[in-house]
Amino acid sequence: MNELAVKLQDEILKKFPKAKIFKHNERRLYITVPKEQIYDITYFLHKEKGLRLSIATGIDTREGFEILYHFSQDKTGTFFTIKVLIPKDNPNVQSVAPIFKAAEWIEREMYELLGINFIGHPNLKPLLTSDDWPPDKYPLRRDYE
Amino acid sequence: MKDIRLWGLKKSPWVFHVAAASCNNCDIEILAALTPRFDVERFGILLVGSPRHADALLVTGVINRKTLPRVIKVYEQTPKPCLVIGVGACSCSTHMFEDSYNVVGPYDKYIPVDVYIPGCPPKPEAIILGMVKALQKL
Amino acid sequence: MSRRIVPIGPYHPLQEEPEFFKLIVEGEKVVDLEINIGYNHRGHEFIAQKMTYEQIPYLVERICGICSNSHPLAFVLAVEDAAAIEVPLRAQYIRTIIHELERVHSHFLWLGLAGHFIGYNTVWMWAWRYREPVLDLFEMITGNRNHYAMNKVGGVRRDILPEQVPLIEKALDEIETKTHMFTKAILDDPVILARLENVGVLPKEAAISYGVVGPTARASGVAIDVRKDDPHCAYDRIDWNIIVFKEGDILAKTKVRLLECLESLKIIRQCLKQLPEGPIENRVDEIAPGEGIGRAEAPRGEVFHYVRSDGRNSPVRHKIRAPSYMNIVSNEVAVKGYSIPDAALCLAAVDPCYCCTERMVAIESGKVRYTGKELIELSIKKTEQIQARYRK
Repeated sequence: MNELAVKLQDEILKKFPKAKIFKHNERRLYITVPKEQIYDITYFLHKEKGLRLSIATGIDTREGFEILYHFSQDKTGTFFTIKVLIPKDNPNVQSVAPIFKAAEWIEREMYELLGINFIGHPNLKPLLTSDDWPPDKYPLRRDYE
Repeated sequence: MKDIRLWGLKKSPWVFHVAAASCNNCDIEILAALTPRFDVERFGILLVGSPRHADALLVTGVINRKTLPRVIKVYEQTPKPCLVIGVGACSCSTHMFEDSYNVVGPYDKYIPVDVYIPGCPPKPEAIILGMVKALQKL
Repeated sequence: MSRRIVPIGPYHPLQEEPEFFKLIVEGEKVVDLEINIGYNHRGHEFIAQKMTYEQIPYLVERICGICSNSHPLAFVLAVEDAAAIEVPLRAQYIRTIIHELERVHSHFLWLGLAGHFIGYNTVWMWAWRYREPVLDLFEMITGNRNHYAMNKVGGVRRDILPEQVPLIEKALDEIETKTHMFTKAILDDPVILARLENVGVLPKEAAISYGVVGPTARASGVAIDVRKDDPHCAYDRIDWNIIVFKEGDILAKTKVRLLECLESLKIIRQCLKQLPEGPIENRVDEIAPGEGIGRAEAPRGEVFHYVRSDGRNSPVRHKIRAPSYMNIVSNEVAVKGYSIPDAALCLAAVDPCYCCTERMVAIESGKVRYTGKELIELSIKKTEQIQARYRK
């Protein structure tokens, strides 16, 4: 793995000791953190280390909603994917949109397709579905008919 | 009176292009039909900026919930008689988007379609042939 | 000064695809922009969960007609990343050739549309006319002008036959002369320069904060390119350069795209020379559980696909993010402070592909409504005013 990427991995472990890192291959790392730390780790990676948020994926799994934030370290081509788990009966997580504008549309899409509430988002309203789409139907949830 | 209108339409049909949730490929092939290799302008076919000036509607895409009211409005604004030509597999049937939650097409559920041009995307030659068939129908 | 709202869209000949921009203007200057999308949302991610890995490249190709190869490429890279599948060398070179040919055709397409918006219909007609040889090459190699269906998990579907290689090289020579002609014609014309220079500037900090990708980022000084940062296929075995400019205006975006065409031709020629013998696919019967990320550099920027598999035939989750998703929002910054005809041009300069953006799935408070024809006329009138200045 590239040295810059290894260096960043060590810094993450030092600053966020609760993080669990899984290395899939040379350029793909998956880091699980508790959901309360998502704002701090996003700030650290984007503002201090200059990583770019490519996109965030929301998945409906048996254990809860998983959100994966895919950060790209463009100098080395490595993806640092931050995973958080949110309980289904309380789908709230802090929004990272105040840190940078790119996150606004990304979180709006997850809100309308999965029903996850992002606390602190400046403009949380549906992005892609039509105006007459029923507000409590979330197409990407497993129980959607 | 009707014959004069039809004669005008037949000799030089002005088309308005309506794209409702398409992948854009059919739209590109429609524009490619205007470029020098195929050059439909020599037949008098012109792309206009408003449905009120149009004689024919070239419709593409599967319709989704957001564009449906607008498609119907555009059809109502077009002066009759007008031809509706469905370009591409998406406008003929819902193609592979049948299971989607947002797709409500195809076009002939809402507006009468005169000619279907299948293909994904249909080549510009096929689009020209389709237009010729539509004009012969009149 | 009172504020008026100028709606552009959703059905508008300036943009081929439906999308809705609300330009808020004071007098002649645009002060704010609201973007309302959703007219192209078809639900690809939802449908992908019901299709098998063989069928998904077909589905994903039809997210967009112009970047029709980038999406399947990113998808198969994601699956190969998840399941650690090796791709034979010959297939990697063929993938690179098709990918670069697509870039050439897409940039010529954009050039034509940009010329049309400024009122230079000749540029439109000529750019699209010289795009046809590229489409002929596609038809010869793959069987279709668009939607070529070349990528599959583990390799490519069709081979490039030895007798096709000299024909490809001959076509490339012709395309190269025409690219040089366009570059010279556009950069020499004072009227085009007056319309494009210092218009729609996106500063570097905004480019980083909005996470823009592709030529939009490279024109603002952000040197990112998936082919260099995260090389896939044959890109790390070939000698080529990234094109970066720092002005951030529409002229810089045009220059990036034109010079990228020349780089693409360079890459294709090297690939054809280095094309090794061997199989074109590695047959895969099962996809092991895991998750993978694949990305490719589409003509508009980085295309991102994420796939999670649990061993079955269909993915558990397939996330698609097209480059225009990040680029369109940056229009909020690029459009402020310019007049309406310039704003309309800025919206097109980002090379938006709305069908890609929404793959997943008309204002009345102003008293003035511009129709599409009027907007193009406004834009052409501005060009004529500038031309008159030069004629004096």
